[in-house]
Amino acid sequence: MNAPVRRLSLVVAVLFASLLVSTTLIQYVFAADLNARPDNRRTLLSTFARERGEILVGQTAVAKSVPVDDEYKYQRVYDEGKLYAHVTGSYSFFGASGGLEQAENSLLSGSSDKLFYRRVSDLFTGRRAQGANVETTLDPKVQAAAADGLKGITGAAVALDPKTGAILAMVSNPTYDPNDLASHDLREVQRNSTALNKDPGKPLLNRSINELYPPGSVFKVVTAAAALSTGEYTENSVLPGPAVLDLPDTSADLPNHDDRACSPSGEVTMTEALAVSCNTAFAYLGMQIGADALQSQAAKFGFGDALSVPMRVTPSSVPAQMNKPQLAQSSIGQYDVRVTPLQMAMVAAGVANRGVVMKPYLVESVIGSDLAVIESADPQELSEAVTPEVAGQLTRMMEAVVNDGTGTKAQIPGVDVAGKTGTAQHGEGRKAHAWFISFAPANDPKIAVAVIAEDGGVAGSEAGGGTVAAPIAKQMMEARLNR
Amino acid sequence: MSVVSSYTPRKGRNVELALVVGAVGIVLLAYLNVELAATGTIPPGTLTLVGGYLALAIGFHLVLRWRASYADPLMLPIITLLNGLGLVMIHRIDIAHGKSIADGVALRQLMWTAVAMVVAAVVLVVLRDHRVLRRYTYLAGAIGFGLLLLPLLPVIGTSVYGSRIWIQLGPFSFQPGEIAKIALAIFFAGYLVQTRDALSVAGRKVLGLTLPRARDLGPILVAWLASLAVLIFERDLGSSLLFFGLFVAMLYVATERVSWIVIGLTLFCVGAYVAYLAFGHVQTRVLLWLDTFSPEALRASDQLAKGLMGMASGGMFGTGLGRGRPDLTYFAESDFIIPSFGEEIGLIGLFAVFMLYALLVQRGLRTSLGTRDGFGKLLAAGLSFSVALQCFVVVGGVTRVIPLTGLTMPFLSSGGSSLLANWTLVAILLRISDHARRPLPEANAPSAVAQARTEVVRLR
Repeated sequence: MNAPVRRLSLVVAVLFASLLVSTTLIQYVFAADLNARPDNRRTLLSTFARERGEILVGQTAVAKSVPVDDEYKYQRVYDEGKLYAHVTGSYSFFGASGGLEQAENSLLSGSSDKLFYRRVSDLFTGRRAQGANVETTLDPKVQAAAADGLKGITGAAVALDPKTGAILAMVSNPTYDPNDLASHDLREVQRNSTALNKDPGKPLLNRSINELYPPGSVFKVVTAAAALSTGEYTENSVLPGPAVLDLPDTSADLPNHDDRACSPSGEVTMTEALAVSCNTAFAYLGMQIGADALQSQAAKFGFGDALSVPMRVTPSSVPAQMNKPQLAQSSIGQYDVRVTPLQMAMVAAGVANRGVVMKPYLVESVIGSDLAVIESADPQELSEAVTPEVAGQLTRMMEAVVNDGTGTKAQIPGVDVAGKTGTAQHGEGRKAHAWFISFAPANDPKIAVAVIAEDGGVAGSEAGGGTVAAPIAKQMMEARLNR
Repeated sequence: MSVVSSYTPRKGRNVELALVVGAVGIVLLAYLNVELAATGTIPPGTLTLVGGYLALAIGFHLVLRWRASYADPLMLPIITLLNGLGLVMIHRIDIAHGKSIADGVALRQLMWTAVAMVVAAVVLVVLRDHRVLRRYTYLAGAIGFGLLLLPLLPVIGTSVYGSRIWIQLGPFSFQPGEIAKIALAIFFAGYLVQTRDALSVAGRKVLGLTLPRARDLGPILVAWLASLAVLIFERDLGSSLLFFGLFVAMLYVATERVSWIVIGLTLFCVGAYVAYLAFGHVQTRVLLWLDTFSPEALRASDQLAKGLMGMASGGMFGTGLGRGRPDLTYFAESDFIIPSFGEEIGLIGLFAVFMLYALLVQRGLRTSLGTRDGFGKLLAAGLSFSVALQCFVVVGGVTRVIPLTGLTMPFLSSGGSSLLANWTLVAILLRISDHARRPLPEANAPSAVAQARTEVVRLR
C-alpha cells in the first residue's frame, strides 16, 4: 500500500500548492485592486488613522486633523470653514471632495510618491506616518475683505499677485461649512451633502474658477489690447461712438447702454471710449481688427488653457466661428464669450505686469511633517499677452476709467488704481451681472482683482459694475496695500 | 524493491524538546508583538500564561518520552506552534473587540488547549498499541456516522448561520463532525483492511480503466449517500467533502485502484450538481464563490468579500501583529482566522503557516509508509489526509478556490471540539509513528527463554 500513499502525498502537495496560488493572487496580484475598492473600510480607516497634513493660510491652519477618541482616530476641523470652504474643500469618510483637500490629497494624506523616502524612513524609525502640510498663497486680509464685500451677494472674487501669479484671495458665494461634511456621523454627512447638492444657490460650486460668465464690458480690455497690438491704433486713436451702431448683414443694431452717443461729437478717443465704456466704439474696433486678432489676443491672456491651480480651472472661451455681428457683440464681451472670474483677474494681472501673464497658483509650498520643504512654488510665465508699450497704454486707459470714468468707486486716495467696469447681460429681462477688474498701484502693481456680483447690475445700465463690484475690489486692494 | 538496511533509529526526543521550546518562544514573541502594538505595554500575566503553555507542551513531551519514545519528533513542535499562534490571534481579536483576557475567547481557548493536551496524553498512555483500535472498527463506524448525522436530530441539533453542523446540549455546543472525522478514519481503516482484497478484484474494463465489480459498489454508494445527506440537510459542503474525500482516499490506498477515485469524483460531482440545481442555499454559496463582489452576492453576504479585502490589505509582509483590522471580518477568530493571519503576518507569514501544516501532513504520511501493519498504514494515511483536506477546504473556502464552508482550521481556529479532536488525532498518529520507528527486536538474538538455564521443576 506504499505506492498509493506516495501518490496521495502528491495530491496533498497539489492541494497545498493551490492554496499558495490562491493566497498569492489575493495578497499580491490583485491586492491593489481589492484595496482600491470603494467599499473597503480598511483602506479608509488606514487613511483616516494617519494624521492628515494641514492646509495653511499664512501661519494659520484652516484645515487640520485633531486627534479624537474613536475608531477614525482623527477629526478634520475647519476653523473659519465658510471663509475658506472653496479653497479647502472637505474631507470626510467618503473621501476628499473639492478644493485642496481633493487636489492635493496624495500629499495631505501622505501617500504621494514625493513622500516615498520619508515613508521608508518612517518604516524603520517606527514614527507614525504623517501627511504633508500645504501652505497656500492666500492673504487672509484680502480673503476676508472679499468675503465681507460679497456678503449677501451671489458671486465670486479673485485676487492675484500680478508679478508671480500667486492667488491672494479666492471667494465664492454662497458658501458652505466644510465641517458639516467632515463629521464622523456618516448619516449626518450624507444628509448635509444631499442638502448642499440640492441647494439652488449651488454653494459647493467654486464660482471663481468653475463657473463661466459673460464678461460684458470688462472684456473691452482684451479688445483694446488686440487693437493696440496691431500697431494701427494708440490710446489716442479716434473712433466713432454713435448712439447706435448699424451692424452689417443683419437688421439688428448695437446700441450704447444709455442709447446715447459716447460724446457730443459722436467721436471718441480709445481712452475716452474705455472710460465711459462705449459699446459702439469697441464693437466697431472689433470688426476692424477681425475675429482672428481678437481670438489670438484672448488666447494670449490664457483663454482656452486648461489650468490647474492645483484645482482644475474651467477654460474660458471666445467663440471660434463668428460672423461680423457676432464679432461686434463679442468685442464688448457679449454673444458667446464666457469667462471665469480667475481668467478676468489674469487679464488685469497681465496688463499690470507689463504684459506678461503669470501662471496662477494657490500652493506656496508643501512642508513635510518634519518641517522639510518638499515643494515650493516656482512662479512661471504663462505668456506674453501684450508688449510692455501696449501694457503701458492699457494701464493709462484703465486708470482713466477709475479716475473719471465708470469706475470712480474704486478710487483709493494716494494710490493710482487701474480698472474696468462691466455689466453683462445674460438673458432678456434678467438683471445683468456686475463686473469689476482692477489692479493697484498702477505703476508698481501689488494686486490684481476680478469681482463679479451675479444679477448685481441694473438691466440696461452700466451702473452695476461701478456701484456693486468696484467697492468690493477697492476693499480687497486696500487690504493688500494696508490702507 | 525496498533497500534493506540496518541502522539504529534516532529517537529525536531531545530535538523535539528543543523545537518545542523554540515553538513556544515564537508564540511568546507573537504575544509580545500583539500586546505592544495594541496596548504599548507588556501585561503582568505574560510569564504565567506563556510559562503555563510551555509547561503543558513539555508535559506532553515527557509523556512521549515515557510512553512513545520513538514517536515522530516533529509533530508535537508543529502543533504546539500552530495552537499557540491560534491563541495569540484569538487574543488579538479579543483586544480588538474590547475584551480583556479574563472575559475573552482566548482564555477559554487556552483552557480547551489544556484539556485537549491532557486528553491526547491520556490517549497516548492508555492506547499502548494502535492495533487495538481495529477491534472497535464497527463501533467506531457507528459512532462516526452517528456523530456526523447527529445535528440533524431535532432539539439538540442547531442551525448556525445556515449550516446545521452544531449540536447543543444544555450550555455546551460542539461540532460533532470533528470527532466523527477520527471515528470514521478508524472505521474505514478497519473495514477496508478487511475488505481490500474483495474491493480490488478487477471487473469490467472501460476506456482503459479497470472498474470494480458492480457488487462491490455498495460501500462507496453508502458513503456517497451519507455525504449527500450532510450536504443537503446539514447544508455543509465542507463536512461533506471532507468525509467523502477521506473515504475515497482511503479506499484508493487500500485497493490501489485509480478507478475508485474516478468513481468517487464522478459521484461527488453529480451529487453536488444535483444539489446545486435543487437547493437555493447551495446556489447562494456558489454565487458567493464565483462572483463575490457582485451586488447580489454582497446582498446575501459580504463576509467573504471582507475577508478578501483583509488579506489584500496585508499584502506581502502584512500589517504586523496587532496593527491590522482583522476584527472587521465576521468570525475573524474561527472560520476566518486565516484571513486574519493573512492581514497581519502577510503572504509570507501565511506561507509559513501552510508549510507547517504541509510538514505535519508529510510526517503523518511518512508514518504511514513506515508502518508495518495494514491497519496502521491506512489509519495514518487517512488521518493525515483528513488534516490536509480540511486545510484545503477551509483555506480554499476563504480564498475562493472552492465555495465557502463552515469548517474550522485545525489548531488555529477558536473552538473546543476542534482542538480536542485534532490533538487526539495527532496523539493517534504519534502512537502509530512510535510503532513505525521502533526497531524490531533483533531476530537472531537468542530469546530470553533460550538463554535461561533448564531447571528441574520440582513437582511437589
